[in-house]
Amino acid sequence: MPTDLLYGAEVVLNGLMAGVLYALVALGFVLIYKASGIFNYAQGVMALFAALTLVGIMEGQVPFSHLINAAFGTDIHHFGWHVPAFAAILLTLAVMVGFAYLVQRFVFRHLVGQEPIILFMATIGLAYFLEGVGDLMWGSEIKKMAVGLPQGGSLWVEENTQWLGFGNEDFYGFFIDKLDMVATVIAVVLVLALVAFSQYTKQGRAMRAVADDHQAALSVGVSLNFIWILVWSLAGFVALVAGIMWGAKSGVQFSLSLIALKALPVLMLGGFTSIPGAIVGGLIIGVGEKLFEFSFGPMLGGATENWFAYVLALVFLVFRPQGLFGEKIIERV
Amino acid sequence: MFYREAGDFSTSYPEDSQTFPIRFDRYRYYLVLFVAIFVIPFTINDYWVNSIFLPFLIYAIAAIGLNILVGYCGQVSLGTGGFMAVGAYACYKLMTSFPEVSMLIHVLIAGLITAGVGVLFGLPSLRIKGFYLAVATLAAQFFLVWLFNRVPWFYNYSASGQISAPERTVFGIEVTGPNTEAWATYLFCLAFVIVSAVIARNLTRGAFGRKWMAIRDMDIAAEIIGVNPLMAKLSAFAVSSFFIGISGALFFAVYLGAVEVGEAFGITKSFTVLFMIIIGGLGSIFGSFAGAAFLVVLPVVLKLVGVDWLGWPTDIVAHLQLVIVGALIVIFLIAEPHGLAQLWRVAKEKLRLWPFPH
Repeated sequence: MPTDLLYGAEVVLNGLMAGVLYALVALGFVLIYKASGIFNYAQGVMALFAALTLVGIMEGQVPFSHLINAAFGTDIHHFGWHVPAFAAILLTLAVMVGFAYLVQRFVFRHLVGQEPIILFMATIGLAYFLEGVGDLMWGSEIKKMAVGLPQGGSLWVEENTQWLGFGNEDFYGFFIDKLDMVATVIAVVLVLALVAFSQYTKQGRAMRAVADDHQAALSVGVSLNFIWILVWSLAGFVALVAGIMWGAKSGVQFSLSLIALKALPVLMLGGFTSIPGAIVGGLIIGVGEKLFEFSFGPMLGGATENWFAYVLALVFLVFRPQGLFGEKIIERV
Repeated sequence: MFYREAGDFSTSYPEDSQTFPIRFDRYRYYLVLFVAIFVIPFTINDYWVNSIFLPFLIYAIAAIGLNILVGYCGQVSLGTGGFMAVGAYACYKLMTSFPEVSMLIHVLIAGLITAGVGVLFGLPSLRIKGFYLAVATLAAQFFLVWLFNRVPWFYNYSASGQISAPERTVFGIEVTGPNTEAWATYLFCLAFVIVSAVIARNLTRGAFGRKWMAIRDMDIAAEIIGVNPLMAKLSAFAVSSFFIGISGALFFAVYLGAVEVGEAFGITKSFTVLFMIIIGGLGSIFGSFAGAAFLVVLPVVLKLVGVDWLGWPTDIVAHLQLVIVGALIVIFLIAEPHGLAQLWRVAKEKLRLWPFPH
């Protein structure tokens, strides 16, 4: 096999793994959009906030310590304890549920019946707010996410794929990040769990009912408030998982919130209303941008990943406005 | 008492259809113009110009442009930063290629070039709507910034990848470069602001504005009653991008002087201008000014209070600013979706009846 082709295959594999991570973020969007018609721009910042909170709780940081120190001239930083990862994850989850309640109670309850684009802009405001709060609460320096996930390339894969080079000296086997493999497994489990939840539990059925028709769901006794809080909590949970994965990959810092921007083209491609769409869209974007960078990047000056996904989605949308798996958009006057 | 329309009779059609039909509004407008042109230039110094007036004027142009697209035509765009970058780089290429031509011409042509690019990226709006379109305009944002970062021709192969404004003049007076006078840059930007506002105001009152608003309110219904959606949407993109391009050119050439594209025209810029028109008021020219003024003055005030007065570290104040801006956006969308402009309208309504409201 020629080496170029092998490198290409490696790029595709890594693209698939990156795509899974994109899909993970996109899932959070789809959940909220399906249940409440809100396009939640703040999803990326929620991932950042969840990751910051998780690290903060594990380290035993005092929330808002910088602000308190600045305001009262004190000098407090840490409680002096360390919380084990598992307990910290549960606590963070509780924080995200609390956040879901607050968002529902103070923002979106007052915006019921507004146009989708107004709701979208409200979530942009929410994103700024949450970003500011996260920084004030836990400080803005880059933190390490140490929850015990494996790091670095996998030797096992490298050794077991070396034979593909057929004696080619330049080929040392596929290089695949262990973290990416773990992320893939977790993402698959998460998706299966979400599907099972929405298909086989009472709350899941209520959630689908709300997604289908708000008023009909209300009339058969489904509590909209409860469902929306539930959905935002679920999105918070997905954000936490995404935050852990991306945080372990590149550190917990501001750029984590930009993964939302990566997930947008995934959504446009896959359709805003479809969970499988998010997965397939994520994989297409992941592979597409890695392959494009691999084959055309050097010619165009590199860093094409910044825009390739968007342009691909844009071109795609012109031909199929509802995305791959989205419901057909029907408009009436 | 102070603000009333009683006794204000129009005796001719031009009088009836002028921009400010109520006498008080008209005099207020003349007064504002008088102060802006004849008082402020003689009393300001570099600090005031650089921290308040220049950003306010330049953002006001951008906000007017975006308001035409979002507020009047209903096409949400998140690509403002990218279009401002087009204006800036077009202006830079023109300034370096034709050094002896007046800056006025450069800025105008930069605006026209941006209008062309805007129409190009506006084409998908014929097929996709709502936040699909909002996300699609992000493609413009990322692609344009990448383009100016990676293609050396745009920054004249300079080693740093930055562009910096050479010294150029208008009627023999320097308006760009390091040796400018405060009043000259101020008046230069003010001229563009006044002309833009007048054009925008009259466009939105006329046939174009009505078509845009019809498209905004319901595009299919508008199409049925005879509005051509192709023309309406693309003209909104063109006019909007023209203003945004001018503001980008001024932002680079007059205000900053040297620009690194990802930093000055990144996605944050798009959001800043969008926030200005949300806070100021969607679909209002006055709102564009109010929003621009608000978001320019807010950080300055916060810095004065937080850093200089309370002595807090700069980064905490910056984070606090994020919290405040985010909260304000949400509060405005909930409590007053029409923004500061609506508050102003309500105030005028109250003033008309004051002091005898019954």
